[in-house]
Amino acid sequence: MHLEYTVVEGDFVNAGIASSSVKKTLKQLNVNPTVIKRVVVALYEAEVNAIAHAYGGKVLIDIDPQKICMTVADKGPGIPDIALAMQEGYSTARPEVRDMGFGAGMGLPNMQKNVDHLNVTSEVNKGTTVEMEVYFQ
Amino acid sequence: MTLQEISNAIQGNVCLGKSRLSENVEHAFASDLMSDVLTLKETPLLITGLCNPQTIRTCDMACIEYLIICKNKKPTEEMLELAEENNMVVITSEHSMFKVCGLLYAAGLKPIN
Repeated sequence: MHLEYTVVEGDFVNAGIASSSVKKTLKQLNVNPTVIKRVVVALYEAEVNAIAHAYGGKVLIDIDPQKICMTVADKGPGIPDIALAMQEGYSTARPEVRDMGFGAGMGLPNMQKNVDHLNVTSEVNKGTTVEMEVYFQ
Repeated sequence: MTLQEISNAIQGNVCLGKSRLSENVEHAFASDLMSDVLTLKETPLLITGLCNPQTIRTCDMACIEYLIICKNKKPTEEMLELAEENNMVVITSEHSMFKVCGLLYAAGLKPIN
């Protein structure tokens, strides 16, 4: 099963629509609730990041019987130092991001904690791609 | 303690979920930082001062059904519609987050481990 969503820059009101939709789909597929929570928490953090830090992007989801693969690809400023961005507490978020309850430098670490595989690639002034995999068993 | 007892303890206003006030709650967590809420393995009642659509979305992702919004902040219709879709109970209180936490701790609500 393949699903696609568009993420719009600064659209905080709709941040989480892709994650909510994926949650409903996984519930319908009778995926273990603990696994669903890991998937949607990681995806939601990635979705918020794309809205908060970039100029929009795409969420691509592929579900097979064994696993879910999630790609959040944005066009944006990119991340100059990915290792630094992975550190809990490191943040470059704007005040409006913090007003929404995010921007404390926990997004990438939260993704890492919840997925089986995380790959972050980024090019400065072009964008960032976050690829995540979670196995159902 | 029941949600009704919780609401009474904080002079709450039940915005959503009036039919569920007999349900029991044991644990609560308080935060304005939604990333912190997203780290929880448990699904406690959430006490927050943050009143925006992401509060509800975060509860959805974290499987949290019970929400208290402090300091007299009123959820919008859109927030309540989203909360209803997620089968949530939403209570507001005029008290500050600190006071709500204190009142509910004194009344017997426990922190998560």
